[in-house]
Amino acid sequence: MYSEELLNDLRSKARLLRKDIITMIGKAGSGHPGGSLSSVEIVTALYFHELKLDPTDPAWEVRDRFILSKGHAAPLLYAALANRGFFPREEIWGLRKLGSILQGHPDRKSTPGVEMSTGSLGQGLAVSNGMAIAGKLSAANWRVYVLLGDGEVQEGMVWEAAMASSHYKLDNLTAFLDYNGLQIDGPVDEVMSPSPLADKWKAFGWNVLTIDGHDFESILDALQKARETKGKPTMIIAKTVKGKGISFMENNADWHGRAPSAEQVKQALAELEQV
Amino acid sequence: MEKIATRQAYGKALVELGQKNEDIVVLDADLAKSTMTIEFGKRFPQRFFDMGVAEQNLLGTAAGLAAGGKIPFASSFAVFATGRAYDQIRNSIAYPRLNVKIAATHAGITVGEDGASHQMLEDIALMRALPNMTVLVPADAVETRKAVFSAVEYEGPVYIRLGRPALPIIYDDSYCFRLGKASVLKEGDDVTIVSCGVMVSYTLEAAKKLQEEGISAHVINMSTIKPFDASSLIESVRKTGAVVTAEEHSIIGGLGSAVSEVISEQCPVPLFRIGVNDQFGESGPPQQLMDKYGLNIERIVEAAKMVLKKKHK
Repeated sequence: MYSEELLNDLRSKARLLRKDIITMIGKAGSGHPGGSLSSVEIVTALYFHELKLDPTDPAWEVRDRFILSKGHAAPLLYAALANRGFFPREEIWGLRKLGSILQGHPDRKSTPGVEMSTGSLGQGLAVSNGMAIAGKLSAANWRVYVLLGDGEVQEGMVWEAAMASSHYKLDNLTAFLDYNGLQIDGPVDEVMSPSPLADKWKAFGWNVLTIDGHDFESILDALQKARETKGKPTMIIAKTVKGKGISFMENNADWHGRAPSAEQVKQALAELEQV
Repeated sequence: MEKIATRQAYGKALVELGQKNEDIVVLDADLAKSTMTIEFGKRFPQRFFDMGVAEQNLLGTAAGLAAGGKIPFASSFAVFATGRAYDQIRNSIAYPRLNVKIAATHAGITVGEDGASHQMLEDIALMRALPNMTVLVPADAVETRKAVFSAVEYEGPVYIRLGRPALPIIYDDSYCFRLGKASVLKEGDDVTIVSCGVMVSYTLEAAKKLQEEGISAHVINMSTIKPFDASSLIESVRKTGAVVTAEEHSIIGGLGSAVSEVISEQCPVPLFRIGVNDQFGESGPPQQLMDKYGLNIERIVEAAKMVLKKKHK
């Protein structure tokens, strides 16, 4: 289906983004590694394969739009944008520092390529709906992609927006749900269970696909199916591992919003080298 | 005298704008017949989006439409548009400075019989506190039309506060509304009276009564609450040396607060704020409520005399 060359290229990009995430957050001394690492393959597939973009013209009118609704995964978005050429790579080392173009959570006014300011959870899907409607009104044919967290869907507004996406038949909208199973206070199913997630989105009128969120072939297949689905939006529920790729961070809610020490950065980078 | 509700004028202005500008889109949250966006919806159904009873989604979707190059007007009652969706306005509209026009109707106590749950008295305070937000409170149908047109000319988030009841027409069509500029309705030397919205016509009546008693009031319609036209206010207050503010809003955080901030820092003079005194409203006919909560002509007259007395002490 997909060439080994493409898949290998995406895998190496994913490794690069993981290294950047760890290094950025380590240098910043704060940030959210767990949920950045769990979404790496999704965002890599989008920025290095799926999205129609022009890094030299971030405001290109007919570009595809990506909204990081789980805004705390900003380091991942910044690493993708930097490595895609939206701004110089050196900028990523300024993450969270005074005067940096990289705010703690995404800000569309500060950073080239960031489509929407996010961070207050639950708002990205409604914004994506608006962008998808604008695309249809403009007949510009752009597509809109949005990434939500599994804790984030506890926000009531997500379901207001979910209803509207299918009501307005936004088939130019594809959502990902990073289902890593953990939120700040612990397992999502213990804090406030959103299960059964697939049934909920189906009941709201969405085309729902459930995939392994770390497998590029599954992600690319799902994106293709989403593009081919007419008359309804597609939700791709991506089963993932929080902290994916770093042994001591995997499946550990403590790494939701904590920076690794210099020693831990070294260990993490060494682990990533071995992949 | 002819009376028209500002929400009526808003509905008509939207249709006019919709004809001229393909980028205008309108969103409502199941109140289109009350906010008067229904007329736009009938004329331009492809550009009208009912979000159902979901105000957070209303404002979030408007933000996305603005980011996609459209000029969205999002309407609901003021209590829901600003209270229910405050965080959406803050984080998805004001912070990214998106070109969303929030036109909220049924503001204030003149909602009447629906009672306190629907009588929004804090919206000016909420919207005024947000960086990047422009806040407009038109006083009649003519000014509303012009304010809505100006909001489209201006690139950035705008909050337009509109009301339920029919209001007297103050301006004629020659009136030149300028966003960010106060409108002086009457020159005077003894006391400055600053008001907005519903209270402007009352203020003009109060000024007449004061005139009969030999008191000359300088009447300012501060229809742009933010950015605040401090220079018009200071110019008047330097001349009169006393100020009264009148608004159909809580005395906390609204026009009276904005005036107090400027006056206390730049030219302290006796001042009195008329507004709802830090309490919720209740059910009743609008006029009776206005009297009960002290939002009427007599109260403005009394307040003007009170600050005059303080000035002469």
